[in-house]
Amino acid sequence: MKAGSNLEKVLEAGHFAVTGELGPPRGNNVEEVRHKAAHLKGIVESVNITDNQTAVVRMSSWAACKILLDEGLEPNFQMTVRDRNRIGLQSDLLGATALGIKNVLCLSGDHQRFGDHPEGKNVFDLDSMQWIALCKKMRDEKKFLNDKELDGAPEIFIGAASNPFGDPFSFRPMRLAKKVAAGTDFIQTQCIYNMDKFREFMKRVVDLGLHEKCYILGGVTPMKSVGMAKYMAKFVPGMDVPEEIVKRLTDAGKKNAAEEGIKIAIESIHQLKEMEGVAGVHVMAIEWEHRAKEIIEGAGLLPRPKVD
Amino acid sequence: MIVGDSKPLEEILEMIRDKGKVLVLGCRGCVTVCNVGGEKEVGILATALRIAVKKQGWQTEIGERTLERQCDPEYIEELADDIEDYDAVVSIACGVGPQFVSERFPEIRVYPGINTTFIGGALEHGVWVERCQSCGNCLVHHFGGLCPIARCSKSLMNGPCGGSANAKCEIDPNVDCVWHLIVEKMEKMGRLQELAEVWPVKNWLTSRDGGPRKRVREDLKQ
Ligand code: SF4
Ligand code: SF4
Repeated sequence: MKAGSNLEKVLEAGHFAVTGELGPPRGNNVEEVRHKAAHLKGIVESVNITDNQTAVVRMSSWAACKILLDEGLEPNFQMTVRDRNRIGLQSDLLGATALGIKNVLCLSGDHQRFGDHPEGKNVFDLDSMQWIALCKKMRDEKKFLNDKELDGAPEIFIGAASNPFGDPFSFRPMRLAKKVAAGTDFIQTQCIYNMDKFREFMKRVVDLGLHEKCYILGGVTPMKSVGMAKYMAKFVPGMDVPEEIVKRLTDAGKKNAAEEGIKIAIESIHQLKEMEGVAGVHVMAIEWEHRAKEIIEGAGLLPRPKVD
Repeated sequence: MIVGDSKPLEEILEMIRDKGKVLVLGCRGCVTVCNVGGEKEVGILATALRIAVKKQGWQTEIGERTLERQCDPEYIEELADDIEDYDAVVSIACGVGPQFVSERFPEIRVYPGINTTFIGGALEHGVWVERCQSCGNCLVHHFGGLCPIARCSKSLMNGPCGGSANAKCEIDPNVDCVWHLIVEKMEKMGRLQELAEVWPVKNWLTSRDGGPRKRVREDLKQ
Protein backbone atom coordinates (compact mmCIF):
# COMPACT_ATOMS: atom_id res chain seq x y z
CA MET A 1 0.00 0.00 0.00
CA LYS A 2 1.48 3.33 -1.07
CA ALA A 3 -0.84 5.84 0.52
CA GLY A 4 -3.62 3.74 2.01
CA SER A 5 -6.23 5.97 0.43
CA ASN A 6 -9.73 4.68 -0.07
CA LEU A 7 -9.27 4.82 -3.84
CA GLU A 8 -6.10 2.76 -3.63
CA LYS A 9 -7.72 0.20 -1.33
CA VAL A 10 -10.77 -0.27 -3.54
CA LEU A 11 -8.61 -0.72 -6.63
CA GLU A 12 -6.19 -3.04 -4.84
CA ALA A 13 -9.12 -5.17 -3.70
CA GLY A 14 -10.05 -5.61 -7.34
CA HIS A 15 -13.30 -3.66 -7.32
CA PHE A 16 -14.41 -1.61 -10.30
CA ALA A 17 -13.70 1.85 -8.93
CA VAL A 18 -15.66 5.07 -9.34
CA THR A 19 -14.25 8.56 -8.95
CA GLY A 20 -16.05 11.86 -9.27
CA GLU A 21 -15.10 15.43 -9.99
CA LEU A 22 -15.76 18.79 -8.41
CA GLY A 23 -14.78 22.23 -9.66
CA PRO A 24 -14.08 24.75 -6.88
CA PRO A 25 -15.98 28.05 -7.02
CA ARG A 26 -14.73 31.30 -8.54
CA GLY A 27 -14.44 32.82 -5.11
CA ASN A 28 -14.03 31.61 -1.56
CA ASN A 29 -17.57 30.30 -1.20
CA VAL A 30 -17.12 27.37 1.18
CA GLU A 31 -20.82 26.52 1.14
CA GLU A 32 -20.68 25.94 -2.59
CA VAL A 33 -17.95 23.33 -2.15
CA ARG A 34 -19.88 21.63 0.67
CA HIS A 35 -23.05 21.68 -1.36
CA LYS A 36 -21.45 20.04 -4.39
CA ALA A 37 -19.59 17.57 -2.17
CA ALA A 38 -22.83 16.47 -0.51
CA HIS A 39 -24.09 15.20 -3.87
CA LEU A 40 -21.02 13.02 -4.29
CA LYS A 41 -20.77 11.67 -0.77
CA GLY A 42 -20.98 7.89 -0.60
CA ILE A 43 -21.31 7.35 -4.34
CA VAL A 44 -17.63 7.56 -5.36
CA GLU A 45 -14.33 6.39 -3.88
CA SER A 46 -12.78 9.82 -4.18
CA VAL A 47 -13.34 13.14 -5.88
CA ASN A 48 -10.99 15.01 -8.21
CA ILE A 49 -10.70 18.65 -7.25
CA THR A 50 -9.74 20.55 -10.35
CA ASP A 51 -6.80 22.95 -10.35
CA ASN A 52 -7.97 26.18 -12.00
CA GLN A 53 -9.46 24.16 -14.81
CA THR A 54 -9.42 25.72 -18.26
CA ALA A 55 -7.01 28.22 -16.70
CA VAL A 56 -9.84 30.11 -15.03
CA VAL A 57 -8.97 31.30 -11.51
CA ARG A 58 -10.80 29.44 -8.77
CA MET A 59 -10.38 28.55 -5.13
CA SER A 60 -7.10 26.65 -4.82
CA SER A 61 -7.41 22.93 -5.29
CA TRP A 62 -5.65 21.97 -2.04
CA ALA A 63 -7.97 24.20 0.00
CA ALA A 64 -11.08 22.72 -1.59
CA CYS A 65 -9.56 19.27 -1.00
CA LYS A 66 -9.29 20.11 2.70
CA ILE A 67 -12.94 21.16 2.81
CA LEU A 68 -13.86 17.80 1.30
CA LEU A 69 -11.78 15.95 3.87
CA ASP A 70 -13.62 17.81 6.62
CA GLU A 71 -16.90 16.76 5.02
CA GLY A 72 -15.83 13.12 5.13
CA LEU A 73 -15.00 12.69 1.43
CA GLU A 74 -11.71 11.68 -0.08
CA PRO A 75 -10.18 14.19 -2.52
CA ASN A 76 -7.88 13.67 -5.48
CA PHE A 77 -5.67 16.73 -5.49
CA GLN A 78 -5.20 17.84 -9.08
CA MET A 79 -1.91 19.63 -9.64
CA THR A 80 -1.04 21.25 -12.94
CA VAL A 81 2.49 22.31 -13.80
CA ARG A 82 1.14 25.44 -15.50
CA ASP A 83 1.19 27.78 -12.52
CA ARG A 84 3.96 26.54 -10.24
CA ASN A 85 7.63 25.89 -10.73
CA ARG A 86 9.49 23.09 -8.95
CA ILE A 87 9.59 25.06 -5.73
CA GLY A 88 5.85 25.66 -5.68
CA LEU A 89 4.96 22.13 -6.75
CA GLN A 90 7.04 20.39 -4.12
CA SER A 91 5.97 22.79 -1.42
CA ASP A 92 2.26 22.47 -2.19
CA LEU A 93 2.54 18.70 -2.27
CA LEU A 94 4.11 18.71 1.17
CA GLY A 95 1.46 21.07 2.47
CA ALA A 96 -1.42 19.12 0.97
CA THR A 97 -0.23 15.80 2.31
CA ALA A 98 0.33 17.38 5.72
CA LEU A 99 -3.40 18.20 5.66
CA GLY A 100 -4.25 14.56 5.01
CA ILE A 101 -4.58 14.53 1.22
CA LYS A 102 -3.52 11.15 -0.18
CA ASN A 103 -4.31 11.08 -3.89
CA VAL A 104 -2.56 13.41 -6.32
CA LEU A 105 -3.18 13.84 -10.01
CA CYS A 106 -0.27 15.23 -12.04
CA LEU A 107 -1.34 17.26 -15.07
CA SER A 108 0.04 19.68 -17.64
CA GLY A 109 -2.96 21.97 -17.38
CA ASP A 110 -4.74 23.87 -20.11
CA HIS A 111 -2.64 26.68 -21.50
CA GLN A 112 -3.44 29.99 -19.83
CA ARG A 113 -4.46 31.48 -23.14
CA PHE A 114 -7.75 29.59 -22.74
CA GLY A 115 -8.55 31.11 -19.42
CA ASP A 116 -9.63 34.36 -17.84
CA HIS A 117 -6.06 35.70 -17.45
CA PRO A 118 -4.60 35.01 -20.89
CA GLU A 119 -1.96 37.72 -20.43
CA GLY A 120 -0.26 35.70 -17.69
CA LYS A 121 3.25 34.31 -17.88
CA ASN A 122 3.41 30.57 -18.27
CA VAL A 123 5.54 28.47 -16.00
CA PHE A 124 5.90 24.89 -17.25
CA ASP A 125 9.18 24.45 -15.42
CA LEU A 126 8.43 20.72 -15.31
CA ASP A 127 6.06 18.82 -17.55
CA SER A 128 3.46 16.40 -16.23
CA MET A 129 5.72 13.42 -16.87
CA GLN A 130 8.56 14.92 -14.85
CA TRP A 131 6.13 15.87 -12.09
CA ILE A 132 4.94 12.26 -11.82
CA ALA A 133 8.55 11.12 -11.54
CA LEU A 134 9.26 13.75 -8.90
CA CYS A 135 6.19 12.78 -6.84
CA LYS A 136 7.41 9.20 -6.90
CA LYS A 137 10.89 10.25 -5.87
CA MET A 138 9.56 12.29 -2.97
CA ARG A 139 7.43 9.35 -1.84
CA ASP A 140 9.82 6.43 -2.42
CA GLU A 141 13.24 7.98 -1.93
CA LYS A 142 12.02 10.59 0.54
CA LYS A 143 14.06 13.19 -1.30
CA PHE A 144 13.51 16.50 -3.02
CA LEU A 145 14.36 16.94 -6.67
CA ASN A 146 17.78 18.17 -5.58
CA ASP A 147 18.41 14.91 -3.66
CA LYS A 148 18.18 16.56 -0.26
CA GLU A 149 16.38 14.50 2.38
CA LEU A 150 12.80 15.34 3.25
CA ASP A 151 11.79 15.91 6.84
CA GLY A 152 8.65 13.83 6.42
CA ALA A 153 7.83 12.35 3.02
CA PRO A 154 4.42 12.38 1.30
CA GLU A 155 2.50 9.12 1.23
CA ILE A 156 0.59 9.45 -1.97
CA PHE A 157 -1.29 7.47 -4.57
CA ILE A 158 -0.07 9.04 -7.80
CA GLY A 159 -2.41 9.62 -10.70
CA ALA A 160 -2.13 11.07 -14.17
CA ALA A 161 -4.34 11.72 -17.16
CA SER A 162 -4.33 10.19 -20.60
CA ASN A 163 -6.11 11.38 -23.68
CA PRO A 164 -6.59 8.43 -26.04
CA PHE A 165 -8.13 10.82 -28.56
CA GLY A 166 -5.26 13.28 -28.75
CA ASP A 167 -3.06 13.16 -31.81
CA PRO A 168 -1.01 11.40 -32.98
CA PHE A 169 -3.23 8.45 -32.04
CA SER A 170 -0.51 5.86 -32.61
CA PHE A 171 1.74 7.55 -30.04
CA ARG A 172 -0.86 7.71 -27.25
CA PRO A 173 -0.28 4.21 -25.82
CA MET A 174 3.46 4.92 -25.83
CA ARG A 175 2.93 8.17 -23.96
CA LEU A 176 0.84 6.28 -21.41
CA ALA A 177 3.71 3.82 -21.10
CA LYS A 178 5.99 6.76 -20.31
CA LYS A 179 3.66 7.88 -17.53
CA VAL A 180 3.74 4.36 -16.12
CA ALA A 181 7.51 4.33 -16.34
CA ALA A 182 7.62 7.70 -14.62
CA GLY A 183 5.67 6.19 -11.74
CA THR A 184 1.95 6.77 -12.04
CA ASP A 185 -0.24 4.40 -10.01
CA PHE A 186 -3.49 5.21 -11.73
CA ILE A 187 -4.72 6.89 -14.89
CA GLN A 188 -7.92 8.74 -15.61
CA THR A 189 -8.73 9.18 -19.27
CA GLN A 190 -10.26 12.04 -21.18
CA CYS A 191 -14.06 11.79 -21.62
CA ILE A 192 -14.85 8.87 -23.88
CA TYR A 193 -17.55 9.30 -26.52
CA ASN A 194 -15.93 7.38 -29.34
CA MET A 195 -16.07 3.91 -27.82
CA ASP A 196 -14.65 2.15 -30.89
CA LYS A 197 -11.55 4.29 -30.87
CA PHE A 198 -11.16 3.82 -27.13
CA ARG A 199 -11.49 0.05 -27.52
CA GLU A 200 -8.67 0.14 -30.07
CA PHE A 201 -6.57 2.25 -27.70
CA MET A 202 -7.16 -0.16 -24.82
CA LYS A 203 -6.26 -3.11 -27.00
CA ARG A 204 -2.85 -1.55 -27.61
CA VAL A 205 -2.51 -0.64 -23.94
CA VAL A 206 -3.29 -4.22 -22.91
CA ASP A 207 -0.84 -5.55 -25.51
CA LEU A 208 1.83 -3.42 -23.86
CA GLY A 209 0.79 -4.82 -20.46
CA LEU A 210 0.23 -1.34 -19.07
CA HIS A 211 -3.06 -2.29 -17.39
CA GLU A 212 -1.07 -4.56 -15.10
CA LYS A 213 1.24 -1.77 -14.05
CA CYS A 214 -1.36 0.88 -13.27
CA TYR A 215 -5.11 1.17 -12.81
CA ILE A 216 -6.90 2.73 -15.75
CA LEU A 217 -10.16 4.57 -15.14
CA GLY A 218 -12.23 5.50 -18.18
CA GLY A 219 -13.54 9.06 -18.31
CA VAL A 220 -17.30 9.58 -18.60
CA THR A 221 -19.03 12.95 -18.87
CA PRO A 222 -22.77 13.14 -19.44
CA MET A 223 -23.90 15.49 -22.19
CA LYS A 224 -26.43 17.99 -20.88
CA SER A 225 -27.63 19.20 -24.25
CA VAL A 226 -27.07 19.16 -27.98
CA GLY A 227 -25.30 22.49 -27.62
CA MET A 228 -22.79 21.02 -25.20
CA ALA A 229 -22.09 18.09 -27.52
CA LYS A 230 -21.59 20.38 -30.48
CA TYR A 231 -19.38 22.72 -28.48
CA MET A 232 -17.20 19.87 -27.25
CA ALA A 233 -16.93 18.41 -30.72
CA LYS A 234 -15.90 21.70 -32.22
CA PHE A 235 -14.04 23.72 -29.65
CA VAL A 236 -12.42 21.42 -27.11
CA PRO A 237 -9.04 20.38 -28.51
CA GLY A 238 -8.40 16.66 -28.32
CA MET A 239 -12.08 15.78 -27.75
CA ASP A 240 -13.68 13.19 -30.00
CA VAL A 241 -17.48 13.40 -30.16
CA PRO A 242 -18.88 11.22 -32.95
CA GLU A 243 -21.76 12.53 -35.03
CA GLU A 244 -23.90 9.67 -33.76
CA ILE A 245 -23.84 11.08 -30.19
CA VAL A 246 -24.98 14.49 -31.44
CA LYS A 247 -27.73 12.79 -33.44
CA ARG A 248 -29.02 10.80 -30.48
CA LEU A 249 -29.26 13.95 -28.39
CA THR A 250 -30.91 15.87 -31.21
CA ASP A 251 -33.44 13.12 -31.87
CA ALA A 252 -34.34 13.01 -28.19
CA GLY A 253 -35.67 16.56 -28.46
CA LYS A 254 -34.81 19.57 -26.36
CA LYS A 255 -36.80 18.41 -23.33
CA ASN A 256 -35.31 14.95 -23.20
CA ALA A 257 -31.74 15.64 -24.33
CA ALA A 258 -30.41 15.64 -20.77
CA GLU A 259 -32.07 12.30 -20.03
CA GLU A 260 -30.58 10.92 -23.23
CA GLY A 261 -27.17 12.25 -22.19
CA ILE A 262 -27.41 10.37 -18.91
CA LYS A 263 -28.55 7.26 -20.75
CA ILE A 264 -25.51 7.46 -23.04
CA ALA A 265 -23.23 7.87 -20.01
CA ILE A 266 -24.72 4.78 -18.36
CA GLU A 267 -24.33 2.76 -21.54
CA SER A 268 -20.69 3.87 -21.76
CA ILE A 269 -20.02 2.70 -18.22
CA HIS A 270 -21.55 -0.69 -19.01
CA GLN A 271 -19.23 -1.02 -21.99
CA LEU A 272 -16.22 0.09 -19.97
CA LYS A 273 -17.02 -2.48 -17.27
CA GLU A 274 -16.70 -5.21 -19.88
CA MET A 275 -13.50 -3.89 -21.42
CA GLU A 276 -10.22 -5.61 -20.66
CA GLY A 277 -7.79 -3.45 -18.75
CA VAL A 278 -10.32 -0.91 -17.47
CA ALA A 279 -10.25 -0.79 -13.67
CA GLY A 280 -12.95 1.78 -13.10
CA VAL A 281 -14.64 4.94 -14.27
CA HIS A 282 -14.06 8.59 -13.65
CA VAL A 283 -17.44 10.32 -13.76
CA MET A 284 -17.06 14.00 -14.54
CA ALA A 285 -20.50 15.47 -14.08
CA ILE A 286 -19.14 19.01 -14.02
CA GLU A 287 -21.60 21.59 -12.70
CA TRP A 288 -24.03 18.68 -12.69
CA GLU A 289 -22.89 17.01 -9.48
CA HIS A 290 -26.49 16.42 -8.43
CA ARG A 291 -27.03 14.10 -11.40
CA ALA A 292 -23.92 11.97 -10.75
CA LYS A 293 -25.84 9.59 -8.50
CA GLU A 294 -28.37 8.78 -11.22
CA ILE A 295 -25.56 7.79 -13.55
CA ILE A 296 -23.61 5.73 -11.06
CA GLU A 297 -26.74 4.05 -9.71
CA GLY A 298 -28.05 3.52 -13.22
CA ALA A 299 -24.84 1.71 -14.10
CA GLY A 300 -25.39 -0.64 -11.18
CA LEU A 301 -22.40 0.64 -9.24
CA LEU A 302 -24.13 1.42 -5.95
CA PRO A 303 -23.58 0.84 -3.13
CA ARG A 304 -19.83 1.41 -3.21
CA PRO A 305 -17.68 -1.28 -1.60
CA LYS A 306 -16.18 -0.70 1.83
CA VAL A 307 -12.57 -1.84 2.08
CA ASP A 308 -10.51 -1.60 5.24
CA MET B 1 17.86 36.08 -36.78
CA ILE B 2 16.09 38.35 -34.33
CA VAL B 3 12.65 39.20 -35.63
CA GLY B 4 10.65 42.29 -34.83
CA ASP B 5 7.50 44.25 -35.63
CA SER B 6 7.21 47.97 -36.25
CA LYS B 7 5.48 49.86 -33.49
CA PRO B 8 2.34 51.71 -34.56
CA LEU B 9 3.08 55.16 -35.95
CA GLU B 10 0.83 56.81 -33.33
CA GLU B 11 2.89 55.27 -30.55
CA ILE B 12 6.13 56.60 -32.03
CA LEU B 13 4.55 59.97 -32.68
CA GLU B 14 3.57 60.20 -29.02
CA MET B 15 7.17 59.41 -28.05
CA ILE B 16 8.57 62.32 -30.03
CA ARG B 17 5.96 64.89 -29.04
CA ASP B 18 7.69 68.19 -28.13
CA LYS B 19 11.04 67.04 -29.49
CA GLY B 20 12.78 69.50 -31.81
CA LYS B 21 15.03 67.15 -33.77
CA VAL B 22 14.66 63.40 -33.94
CA LEU B 23 16.95 60.78 -35.46
CA VAL B 24 15.44 57.60 -36.89
CA LEU B 25 18.21 55.06 -36.48
CA GLY B 26 18.34 51.79 -38.40
CA CYS B 27 20.59 48.75 -38.27
CA ARG B 28 21.97 46.60 -41.08
CA GLY B 29 21.81 43.39 -38.99
CA CYS B 30 18.84 41.08 -38.37
CA VAL B 31 16.24 43.83 -38.62
CA THR B 32 17.33 44.60 -42.17
CA VAL B 33 16.88 40.93 -43.08
CA CYS B 34 13.42 40.80 -41.55
CA ASN B 35 12.45 44.08 -43.23
CA VAL B 36 11.68 46.07 -40.15
CA GLY B 37 14.69 48.18 -39.27
CA GLY B 38 17.08 48.59 -42.21
CA GLU B 39 17.93 51.63 -44.31
CA LYS B 40 14.78 51.21 -46.36
CA GLU B 41 12.55 51.13 -43.29
CA VAL B 42 14.36 54.13 -41.83
CA GLY B 43 13.34 56.04 -44.96
CA ILE B 44 9.76 54.85 -44.76
CA LEU B 45 9.37 55.66 -41.06
CA ALA B 46 11.08 59.06 -41.39
CA THR B 47 8.77 60.02 -44.26
CA ALA B 48 5.69 58.86 -42.37
CA LEU B 49 6.78 60.79 -39.31
CA ARG B 50 7.42 63.97 -41.30
CA ILE B 51 3.90 63.83 -42.69
CA ALA B 52 2.40 63.05 -39.28
CA VAL B 53 4.39 65.78 -37.56
CA LYS B 54 3.26 68.31 -40.12
CA LYS B 55 -0.34 67.30 -39.65
CA GLN B 56 0.06 67.93 -35.93
CA GLY B 57 1.46 71.34 -36.67
CA TRP B 58 4.73 70.52 -34.91
CA GLN B 59 8.09 71.89 -35.97
CA THR B 60 9.91 68.59 -35.40
CA GLU B 61 12.77 67.82 -37.76
CA ILE B 62 13.40 64.17 -38.65
CA GLY B 63 16.88 62.88 -39.50
CA GLU B 64 17.86 59.47 -40.88
CA ARG B 65 20.81 57.20 -40.31
CA THR B 66 21.57 53.49 -40.45
CA LEU B 67 24.47 51.84 -38.66
CA GLU B 68 26.24 48.64 -39.61
CA ARG B 69 25.02 47.18 -36.31
CA GLN B 70 23.58 48.64 -33.14
CA CYS B 71 24.72 45.74 -30.98
CA ASP B 72 28.36 46.74 -31.25
CA PRO B 73 29.92 49.78 -29.51
CA GLU B 74 32.30 50.22 -32.41
CA TYR B 75 29.44 51.25 -34.70
CA ILE B 76 27.49 53.11 -32.02
CA GLU B 77 30.57 55.32 -31.68
CA GLU B 78 29.98 56.65 -35.21
CA LEU B 79 27.02 58.58 -33.83
CA ALA B 80 29.34 60.77 -31.75
CA ASP B 81 29.96 63.17 -34.65
CA ASP B 82 26.49 64.75 -34.72
CA ILE B 83 24.31 63.12 -32.05
CA GLU B 84 24.36 66.37 -30.05
CA ASP B 85 22.19 67.99 -32.71
CA TYR B 86 19.32 65.70 -31.78
CA ASP B 87 16.81 65.73 -28.93
CA ALA B 88 15.80 62.13 -29.38
CA VAL B 89 16.63 58.91 -31.20
CA VAL B 90 14.10 56.38 -32.41
CA SER B 91 16.03 53.14 -32.81
CA ILE B 92 14.49 50.54 -35.04
CA ALA B 93 17.06 47.88 -34.21
CA CYS B 94 16.18 45.01 -31.88
CA GLY B 95 15.93 45.82 -28.18
CA VAL B 96 19.70 45.85 -27.88
CA GLY B 97 19.96 48.94 -30.10
CA PRO B 98 18.14 51.51 -27.96
CA GLN B 99 19.99 50.23 -24.89
CA PHE B 100 23.44 50.44 -26.42
CA VAL B 101 22.72 53.90 -27.79
CA SER B 102 21.43 55.25 -24.49
CA GLU B 103 24.29 53.65 -22.57
CA ARG B 104 26.80 55.42 -24.79
CA PHE B 105 24.89 58.73 -24.94
CA PRO B 106 23.13 59.01 -21.58
CA GLU B 107 22.04 62.61 -22.11
CA ILE B 108 19.86 61.80 -25.09
CA ARG B 109 16.37 60.25 -24.97
CA VAL B 110 16.24 56.99 -26.92
CA TYR B 111 12.98 55.34 -27.94
CA PRO B 112 12.39 51.84 -29.32
CA GLY B 113 10.68 52.03 -32.71
CA ILE B 114 10.08 48.30 -33.04
CA ASN B 115 8.88 45.49 -30.81
CA THR B 116 11.45 42.73 -30.72
CA THR B 117 9.50 39.51 -30.91
CA PHE B 118 11.56 36.34 -31.29
CA ILE B 119 14.52 34.40 -32.60
CA GLY B 120 13.37 32.76 -35.76
CA GLY B 121 13.60 32.48 -39.49
CA ALA B 122 11.66 33.23 -42.66
CA LEU B 123 9.45 30.43 -43.95
CA GLU B 124 8.75 32.39 -47.09
CA HIS B 125 8.89 36.04 -48.06
CA GLY B 126 6.90 37.93 -45.43
CA VAL B 127 6.41 35.01 -43.03
CA TRP B 128 8.62 34.52 -39.98
CA VAL B 129 8.37 31.88 -37.29
CA GLU B 130 9.87 31.42 -33.85
CA ARG B 131 12.43 28.64 -33.58
CA CYS B 132 14.60 29.19 -30.52
CA GLN B 133 14.20 30.51 -27.01
CA SER B 134 17.95 30.67 -26.33
CA CYS B 135 17.68 28.21 -23.45
CA GLY B 136 21.45 27.93 -23.33
CA ASN B 137 21.63 24.16 -23.71
CA CYS B 138 20.53 23.06 -27.15
CA LEU B 139 18.82 19.68 -27.38
CA VAL B 140 17.15 19.74 -30.78
CA HIS B 141 19.12 16.74 -32.07
CA HIS B 142 17.22 14.55 -29.59
CA PHE B 143 13.89 15.66 -30.99
CA GLY B 144 14.35 15.13 -34.69
CA GLY B 145 15.88 18.58 -35.11
CA LEU B 146 12.80 20.33 -33.74
CA CYS B 147 12.80 22.46 -30.60
CA PRO B 148 10.17 21.54 -28.00
CA ILE B 149 11.24 24.40 -25.72
CA ALA B 150 10.49 27.25 -28.09
CA ARG B 151 7.86 25.60 -30.25
CA CYS B 152 5.65 23.71 -27.81
CA SER B 153 3.32 26.19 -26.09
CA LYS B 154 4.03 24.45 -22.80
CA SER B 155 7.72 23.69 -23.48
CA LEU B 156 6.99 20.02 -22.83
CA MET B 157 9.97 17.70 -22.99
CA ASN B 158 7.68 14.66 -22.94
CA GLY B 159 4.82 15.66 -25.18
CA PRO B 160 2.45 15.79 -26.88
CA CYS B 161 -0.14 16.93 -24.35
CA GLY B 162 -3.76 15.89 -24.54
CA GLY B 163 -4.72 19.02 -26.42
CA SER B 164 -2.90 18.14 -29.62
CA ALA B 165 -5.44 17.69 -32.40
CA ASN B 166 -4.99 17.31 -36.16
CA ALA B 167 -1.32 18.24 -35.83
CA LYS B 168 -2.26 21.62 -34.36
CA CYS B 169 -1.63 23.04 -30.91
CA GLU B 170 -4.46 23.43 -28.43
CA ILE B 171 -3.85 27.16 -28.16
CA ASP B 172 -4.64 27.97 -31.77
CA PRO B 173 -5.52 25.98 -34.90
CA ASN B 174 -2.98 28.11 -36.77
CA VAL B 175 -0.12 26.93 -34.59
CA ASP B 176 1.55 23.63 -35.41
CA CYS B 177 1.86 21.16 -32.55
CA VAL B 178 5.61 20.66 -32.60
CA TRP B 179 5.21 17.43 -30.69
CA HIS B 180 3.11 16.04 -33.48
CA LEU B 181 5.92 16.96 -35.86
CA ILE B 182 8.53 15.44 -33.54
CA VAL B 183 6.68 12.12 -33.30
CA GLU B 184 6.14 11.99 -37.06
CA LYS B 185 9.74 12.85 -37.83
CA MET B 186 11.21 10.39 -35.34
CA GLU B 187 8.90 7.68 -36.65
CA LYS B 188 10.01 8.38 -40.20
CA MET B 189 13.64 8.25 -39.14
CA GLY B 190 13.05 4.95 -37.34
CA ARG B 191 13.97 6.59 -34.05
CA LEU B 192 10.57 6.58 -32.31
CA GLN B 193 11.89 4.35 -29.55
CA GLU B 194 14.15 7.20 -28.38
CA LEU B 195 11.02 9.05 -27.33
CA ALA B 196 10.10 6.23 -24.94
CA GLU B 197 12.63 7.55 -22.43
CA VAL B 198 11.26 10.01 -19.89
CA TRP B 199 13.24 13.21 -20.31
CA PRO B 200 14.44 14.42 -16.92
CA VAL B 201 13.73 17.86 -15.54
CA LYS B 202 15.58 20.58 -17.44
CA ASN B 203 18.17 22.80 -15.86
CA TRP B 204 16.93 26.31 -16.63
CA LEU B 205 19.97 28.01 -15.11
CA THR B 206 21.47 28.44 -18.56
CA SER B 207 18.26 30.09 -19.72
CA ARG B 208 16.99 33.58 -18.84
CA ASP B 209 15.58 32.00 -15.65
CA GLY B 210 19.08 31.98 -14.19
CA GLY B 211 19.25 35.75 -14.48
CA PRO B 212 20.68 37.95 -17.27
CA ARG B 213 23.40 36.14 -19.10
CA LYS B 214 26.90 37.23 -19.92
CA ARG B 215 29.50 35.46 -21.93
CA VAL B 216 33.23 36.10 -21.71
CA ARG B 217 35.63 34.57 -24.21
CA GLU B 218 39.09 34.96 -22.77
CA ASP B 219 40.65 33.96 -26.07
CA LEU B 220 39.02 36.93 -27.78
CA LYS B 221 39.38 39.52 -25.04
CA GLN B 222 42.03 42.16 -25.53
S1 SF4 C 1 16.81 23.66 -27.35
FE1 SF4 C 1 17.25 25.70 -26.49
S2 SF4 C 1 18.95 26.53 -27.73
FE2 SF4 C 1 18.09 24.76 -28.86
S3 SF4 C 1 16.60 25.68 -30.28
FE3 SF4 C 1 15.49 25.11 -28.41
S4 SF4 C 1 15.52 26.93 -27.11
FE4 SF4 C 1 17.06 27.22 -28.71
S1 SF4 D 1 -0.74 20.81 -28.40
FE1 SF4 D 1 1.37 20.27 -28.90
S2 SF4 D 1 2.50 22.23 -29.07
FE2 SF4 D 1 0.54 22.63 -28.05
S3 SF4 D 1 1.03 22.52 -25.86
FE3 SF4 D 1 0.31 20.47 -26.45
S4 SF4 D 1 2.15 19.34 -27.03
FE4 SF4 D 1 2.71 21.51 -26.96
